[in-house]
Amino acid sequence: MYDWIMDVLFWLAVVFLVGVYVSWRATRLDRLHVRVETARAALDAALVRRAAAALELAASRLLDPATSLVLATAAHEARTADAENREFAESDLSRALRVVFDQPDFESTLTAAGEAAKEVLAEVSTAAAKVAYARRFYNDAVAQTRIARRKPLIRVLPLAGRAPLPGFFEIDDDPPAI
Amino acid sequence: MRVGIVCPYTWDVPGGVQQHIRDLAEALTGLGHHVSVITPADDDADLPPYVVSAGRAVPVPYNGSVARLAFGFLSAARVRRWINEGGFDVLHVHEPAAPSLGVLACWAADGPIVGTFHASYTRSRALSVAAPILQSALEKITGRIAVSEAARTTLVEHLGGDAVLIPNGVATERYAMADPLPGWPGRDRNAAEGGALGFLGRMDEPRKGLQVLLRAFEILGPARPGLRLLLAGPGDADDVLERVSPELRDRVVILGLVSEEDKIRAYHSVDVFVAPNTGGESFGIVLAEAMSAGAPILASDIEAFDRVLAGGRAGVLFPVGDHEALAAAAGELLDDPARRKQLSAEAREAVRAFDWSSVARDVVRVYETVSFGGAGVVESGAEG
Repeated sequence: MYDWIMDVLFWLAVVFLVGVYVSWRATRLDRLHVRVETARAALDAALVRRAAAALELAASRLLDPATSLVLATAAHEARTADAENREFAESDLSRALRVVFDQPDFESTLTAAGEAAKEVLAEVSTAAAKVAYARRFYNDAVAQTRIARRKPLIRVLPLAGRAPLPGFFEIDDDPPAI
Repeated sequence: MRVGIVCPYTWDVPGGVQQHIRDLAEALTGLGHHVSVITPADDDADLPPYVVSAGRAVPVPYNGSVARLAFGFLSAARVRRWINEGGFDVLHVHEPAAPSLGVLACWAADGPIVGTFHASYTRSRALSVAAPILQSALEKITGRIAVSEAARTTLVEHLGGDAVLIPNGVATERYAMADPLPGWPGRDRNAAEGGALGFLGRMDEPRKGLQVLLRAFEILGPARPGLRLLLAGPGDADDVLERVSPELRDRVVILGLVSEEDKIRAYHSVDVFVAPNTGGESFGIVLAEAMSAGAPILASDIEAFDRVLAGGRAGVLFPVGDHEALAAAAGELLDDPARRKQLSAEAREAVRAFDWSSVARDVVRVYETVSFGGAGVVESGAEG
């Protein structure tokens, strides 16, 4: 005679478990979005730092004026590019850095110029390596988030909220060889 | 930086991952970072001061072999406490897809987590089956590192996403000093003794190129009565001797499979270390070890060796598979002690680029990238 109570309890339990599951999925997705944002901030910081290091090298009087100009222009373009041209400008800076570093005897000449020169050189190469790492980590986060957003549950329920679908950041980021 | 490293396999059982973690932890400490490693270990194990035990590992069948792994409530609780008390800036989990401490650590922590993937399989059933279960833990890894191109491919195929490549380092210091093997004068021999050429690698694997060296010895041997050949590595000794002319056989010494210690002594026993590989090498770890020992190198001109030898500056390159060129180059080196001395110094210098301190520098760059913002690692809430 208390069958209906059992039924109600059963369905309440089902609703509760579904609720827990959906909330767990929502938490995971939210965590992925946070991860994308953090990775993006780290990538932006790495790019800014690389441009700054390139500018410092260009302004250091360690290079000949023509090389300085090439580097300074590329770094300036990268820093001032709008969202649409950012990827092109950053790729150009990567290429400019490689061309500059690939000059014959570039490294040995600069390391012979003293401690300050060595520091600037190390700063540029660290910054360039970090851009490559930061971009990989960002794109990795984006890829996983995009996969998660394609899952049926996430498409049916508005679990992603108003977070936009993140986009990949595609540039040539091969660091200069040292 | 405060770094927490998670080792999935029992500490005192020899293995590539454990060795990697030991070398990395020591290199990081050398750079002035604070390192704590948590690992499965037996209760009476003798652990270095920076290592914390998470309890005993249990042998379980996993991925086609028996692995000693740590899991269960006790391990989980110890990992959670270690994270809680560690105050780490970054957590570094090794082999996070293995059902051991790595997964537990990912579950128990929030914040910057770096994951290093070591293994490479063409197809892993375990990994394919486990991927959905592991997904929520692996999603928390904010920076992935692969130690080889093969490991990276495995990771991308089974788990999606991407990883940066930071290869293993060479513990150059471990090879730097050793006495030659008994009966070998080593590199300080006087000019009257005949000298020695060395080889290390699978003797029955054609891509390691032993046949090229043996053919070159047929040219060199008769012309240089004192010259000996020192061969080490797995393979059948009789098979090798069969390929040597009878009058030269007593000058070919075959050590077979050698211990780590004898291997290092072997590098110090020869005048020229020969790497006649015909291909298939991605890095040349043996070459890097021989260079760390300061052995003058004569290697075939494959891409990996050209890179390790700094384009031929730190060792002599000869055309792949050309035994006459090998014999000619070896002859020149044997006759020129000054050149050998110079190559030895150049080799030691060039191999520093592959030293653990360089690897640690790259790993620190990864730490700094993922810990951007500086929130650090915290114990995660109740949810997984």
